[in-house]
Amino acid sequence: MPEAPRATVISQSSKRVVPARSAFASRFADGGFRLVIGLSAVSVLAIVVLIGWQLIAHSDLSLKQFGLKFFFSSNWDPVAGDFGALPFVFGTLVSSILALVIAVPLSVAAAVFITEMCPGWLRTPLSFLMELLAAIPSVIYGLWAIFILAPLLRKFVEPFLGKYFGWTGLFTGPAYGIGMLAAGIILAIMIVPIVSSITREVMTAVPQQQREAVLALGATRWEMIRTGVLRNARTGIIGGVILGLGRALGETMAVTMVIGNRPEIAKSLFAPGYTMASVIANEFSEATDNLYLSAIIEIGLALFIVTLIVNIIAQALVWASTRGMPARAQA
Amino acid sequence: MGVGINVRDLKAWFGASEALHGINMAVGANGVTAIIGPSGCGKSTFVRCLNRMHETIPGATMKGEVTVGDVSILEQSAVDVRRRIGMVFQKPNPFPTMSIYDNVAAGLRLNGVRNRSKMDEIVERSLRQSALWEEVKDTLKKKSGASLSGGQQQRLCIARALAVEPEVLLMDEPASALDPISTGKIEELIDELKKDYTIVIVTHNMQQAARVAGYTGFFLMGNLIEFDKTEKIFTNPSDKRTEDYITGRFG
Amino acid sequence: MSNGAGTLRVQRISWSRRAIDNLVTTSALGASILVIVPLVAIFGYLLMKGIGSINWAFITQTPKPVGEPGGGMGNAIVGSAIILGLASLVGIPLGIGSGIYLAEFGRNKFGNLVRFTCDVLNGVPSIVVGIAVYGLVVITQKHFSALAGGVALGIMMIPTIARSTEEMLLMVPRTIREAAWGLGVPQWRTTLAVTLKTASAGVITGTMLAFARAAGETAPLLFTAFGNQFWNLNVNQPTAALPLQVFVYAISPFDEWHRQAWAGALVLIILIVVAVTAVRVVTSRGMYRAS
Repeated sequence: MPEAPRATVISQSSKRVVPARSAFASRFADGGFRLVIGLSAVSVLAIVVLIGWQLIAHSDLSLKQFGLKFFFSSNWDPVAGDFGALPFVFGTLVSSILALVIAVPLSVAAAVFITEMCPGWLRTPLSFLMELLAAIPSVIYGLWAIFILAPLLRKFVEPFLGKYFGWTGLFTGPAYGIGMLAAGIILAIMIVPIVSSITREVMTAVPQQQREAVLALGATRWEMIRTGVLRNARTGIIGGVILGLGRALGETMAVTMVIGNRPEIAKSLFAPGYTMASVIANEFSEATDNLYLSAIIEIGLALFIVTLIVNIIAQALVWASTRGMPARAQA
Repeated sequence: MGVGINVRDLKAWFGASEALHGINMAVGANGVTAIIGPSGCGKSTFVRCLNRMHETIPGATMKGEVTVGDVSILEQSAVDVRRRIGMVFQKPNPFPTMSIYDNVAAGLRLNGVRNRSKMDEIVERSLRQSALWEEVKDTLKKKSGASLSGGQQQRLCIARALAVEPEVLLMDEPASALDPISTGKIEELIDELKKDYTIVIVTHNMQQAARVAGYTGFFLMGNLIEFDKTEKIFTNPSDKRTEDYITGRFG
Repeated sequence: MSNGAGTLRVQRISWSRRAIDNLVTTSALGASILVIVPLVAIFGYLLMKGIGSINWAFITQTPKPVGEPGGGMGNAIVGSAIILGLASLVGIPLGIGSGIYLAEFGRNKFGNLVRFTCDVLNGVPSIVVGIAVYGLVVITQKHFSALAGGVALGIMMIPTIARSTEEMLLMVPRTIREAAWGLGVPQWRTTLAVTLKTASAGVITGTMLAFARAAGETAPLLFTAFGNQFWNLNVNQPTAALPLQVFVYAISPFDEWHRQAWAGALVLIILIVVAVTAVRVVTSRGMYRAS
């Protein structure tokens, strides 16, 4: 056996090389550091407050003039100075709900596949592709929707829907391609990554013992997923869906590019519409007088409040399921 | 040169629960004192109080009189106390983003030492003291601290602690995560270092205490039951509880 | 003949249950494929329609007057760079600072409030942030500017950077911090020179991700940076930005501008894909080898 290495001790000088520092100096530096860091944290709170304040301050004129009936009147008439935001509220709700109807089943199904059924080698590439989907900017979705999706709808999908499902009243009228249906579809594509990734996260958080307990009773894989996983992850999945809703409500560019931008309330999904975010995007710079601008900002205030509430509810549900979420999952 | 440690009525809490119930101990300069006892007896807590690391746990507090050499540690800033008392942890924890050289020099750099040649000198000296110099002298700046084996990493951590010239070296179960050969090397190291440092070592391995320490303290449920020459503790303990522990009746 | 212990009756699982199981598996697979289809379609068309138009002229020239062929988005690319640079000045310090607070000092009620607010700010529609910055900066300055655009995008970067910095810092084992404290290094220096340094790869890639997302944002720039058809290096003037230009061109009635919109979109998406891939690579490999 080789000889163990010998430690050598060299006699030490009496003067220490590391200078002693006063207690005051190190407490001062630590205190200063905590202050600076604390200020950054406070800035986050300050920013949210500032946003709210600006919205309230600048929608003042419109709030005073129209009060609450602002949201129940459908007359949007900049020339006459009469503003009613109902068409936008309608458009926002319909496009978002349509998006949810399309996206949620697909997202949850895809999440179930990736988490519970997917072979191991496929999991990473698939979730990477989902991340890419989440990273595509809104304006690029819009670009693709104008030139590829809308013509597709106009030439094939809408005539088909109109012919066989027109009796529902949802698929009537000329097939422009551009309109509520296009907006709903592109929104659906955009919120699939969020709903899917949160669903995946809450499903993964379900302990393995739950799955094993159900399997031990002789369940098929789907039955195990249904009772052992989805039931436990239910709260979190609902949270993910609501988070997707929040995203859809505030989505601007892609929707503006394909919804048709007409302040009308119609039953048919083929008809053009207008959302709260879109009217702000389109008419903000053209607002010629203070009342007009104030009305538009009031719509922004409403959007802010609604998305705030929706997001708070969603966050609370998701936190309850996973105890805090890393930022990356919320694309 | 090492200094003596005097502990008088040391109490420590985790939040509201008292973990150490008034410890009294006098540790002589230059030598090894082992702290033994069953899991949860407070031996780690005790040692971590000596360099005020105990306070870094949220909600943890300590009270009493602890004098290291001529300095009362509760009257100094914790940061200064820790500059004079070195610590080696159970699981080797070299800084992963730094080279071997940078790891040893870390304590110096982070405390403001800039002189390059002084640093080179101290790094070599510390690595020689921890018997690691021959093995790493050619790859000092190329290899990262985390790329060494477990035993080497622990010797690196010892070198890092020695580089700031502490007067006392605290070791919290330094070999428990290592294989027997590395453990043997660490124990040889301690044997050499005790000539110049006051070493307090926590160990759950009674044979290790018997091998390296001149004095041993036996802790049980937050109390120091017996403190005496190692030989006496292991051959003829005064307290029955000590005897029960070392003969394996519990713990 | 009975063995006295009773017999175990094994029931074959019913046909319908197995059929449902298979149906569900197929549907889930189908859904996953359906969800990926748009991704492939979008990337495919971007490449197809955009690649032919990316040339030196595109990157270096400004837009030509309506109707004239040629011209490029050079000013938009530079403008985006300026605006994003300003955004980083706002977003990165405040984001990393908040992240440090949340990880090192934030395990208390105030920290939970900040964490929650971060997530809430993340969900505020980007156009609303644009309105707020319009009120704060544009009205004060009495004109549109790159500065205003930078502030708006910087605000949007903060929550992402803060939460990912927090996550990365929390992944550094406590024992590394203890090693530094044990050497007598004060708290502030430990956090910056040891903890943050150890987590630096992850923090940088989190920042890159926030940067890439901000690069694609259009709505907040509509009434802050506003856009500009010409070169502009003055941060106090309206400035062009790549996503803005893509938007304006896309909704225009001119084929020439449509062609350039695809090219601009392709440039934008390449930048973003590189950032997202880099993040994946760094964080999946693990930023450091734990001891």
